[in-house]
Amino acid sequence: MTTHVLSDTRTLTGRSLRHILRSPDTIITTAVTPVALMLLFVYVLGGAINTGSGESYINYMLPGILLITIASGIAYTAYRLFLDMQGGIFERFQSMPIPRPSVLWAHVLTSLVANMASIAIVTGVALIMGFRTGASVADWLAVSGILILFTVALTWIAVIAGLSAKTVDGASAFSYPLIFLPFISSAFVPTDSMPAPVAWFAENQPVTSIVDAIRLLFAQQPVGNDIWIALGWCAGILVVAYASATAIYRKKIS
Amino acid sequence: MTSTTRDPAIRVRGITKSYQDLQVLRGVDFDVAAGSIFALLGSNGAGKTTLVRILSTLLKANTGTASVHGFDVFSAPGDVRRSISLTGQFAAVDEVLTGRENLVLVAKLRHLRNPGTIADEMLARFSLTDAGSRRAATYSGGMRRRLDIAMSLVGNPPVVFLDEPTTGLDPQARIEVWQTVKQLAEQGTTILLTTQYLDEAEQLADRIAILHKGTIIQNGTLAELKKLLPSVKVEYVEKQPTLEDVFLALVNDAGDTAGEATTSAGREPR
Repeated sequence: MTTHVLSDTRTLTGRSLRHILRSPDTIITTAVTPVALMLLFVYVLGGAINTGSGESYINYMLPGILLITIASGIAYTAYRLFLDMQGGIFERFQSMPIPRPSVLWAHVLTSLVANMASIAIVTGVALIMGFRTGASVADWLAVSGILILFTVALTWIAVIAGLSAKTVDGASAFSYPLIFLPFISSAFVPTDSMPAPVAWFAENQPVTSIVDAIRLLFAQQPVGNDIWIALGWCAGILVVAYASATAIYRKKIS
Repeated sequence: MTSTTRDPAIRVRGITKSYQDLQVLRGVDFDVAAGSIFALLGSNGAGKTTLVRILSTLLKANTGTASVHGFDVFSAPGDVRRSISLTGQFAAVDEVLTGRENLVLVAKLRHLRNPGTIADEMLARFSLTDAGSRRAATYSGGMRRRLDIAMSLVGNPPVVFLDEPTTGLDPQARIEVWQTVKQLAEQGTTILLTTQYLDEAEQLADRIAILHKGTIIQNGTLAELKKLLPSVKVEYVEKQPTLEDVFLALVNDAGDTAGEATTSAGREPR
């Protein structure tokens, strides 16, 4: 049975990717909100924000926007998983000789592909709006690596939501706090402009270190400790979310 | 299929299952002979679906044992899954995919060669060829159920569970499902079906078990069950056509044959 894990995961991933191809609006709606935020912050609010970095504001805020894109994109994974369970196809898969992890991994890989597509759209719009970086190929690879790790980690949170939701609304509601988290971080304004307790929270939550690491990579500056803290957060979230999701899944199918 | 022709294809002993305070199954025992059709008859809430879910490895019983196609459902669920297919109460088709893609998906997941050819054969067998390239979401209830059953039969599993296969179907679609079930049994497939329709059990089943409040209260052939009531009394009653007879006669007149009606339903954009 274990020999089929890869081929079955591939087959099931092909299935849910087809869902996305048939409703590409899920990728576009994922990109619309971050693009609107980008327009709002760059052309309306940005002029009044002093980042103290000497960089253009769009360069400053793009990393945060990319994280918001991912945080809103993963809601679709919870949604699709929830629909599978509602519709009975989930039970069909469970009654077939399919390795159990394949069913969830297919959704996670699909989420990764869909989110990277949305990220590409948002980055494209940012380039049109004047985002510039001299980042090398290695820097881009590092940024992609962080974003991929962040996506997979958050997707496993989405899997928890999708598996345990009772209603369609419940399946996607979990993502609102995640979308909001970048606002209380260094994503849009430097944290030292915030009141002390808020600044403390902002400094010590995962988004700030991830945003800072990506920002430094784009600016070709030494990333120092930030990247390790960022990777640590992503890995930590990934491990906890993965363990919880598989525990819930096991309970669900036994 | 041949290895277990002598042993029962399904053996259930003392299965109990409760959810918190609610005891759904209180010790269920029965055997299903290989290649036969066994109907589990019971009203809503009798525990039919719970039992099917236990036999198809979706749910664990509290106590008792069960084996399907010679494999224990608790200790060898993987082998059981390779031997069975389940058609639940709600058509488990992927609505975004086309009918053909649904069948190809199942064929690939069963690791069969030439999934495309198998899908086309199934579409033809279930009169869905014309609808094969349409999304399942556009199918009528009867077509969706046919696709659902077709997906279950990909790979010819020796044991098939049909949980209320005709609930919500119109009389014609119902008869189509019955014909499919009979054909399957003729080919040697063991079928356990649950139903709340007495005529369905009467039409199809070699043996009928009545599940009531979590236990089997009677188990026998139709003739045996009929003997349980007082002996036959001969009465002369004018034979009136039932509404079903009238409906089917009218509908079949309009569409010539059931097969014809099926194909035209297949083209109908709904």
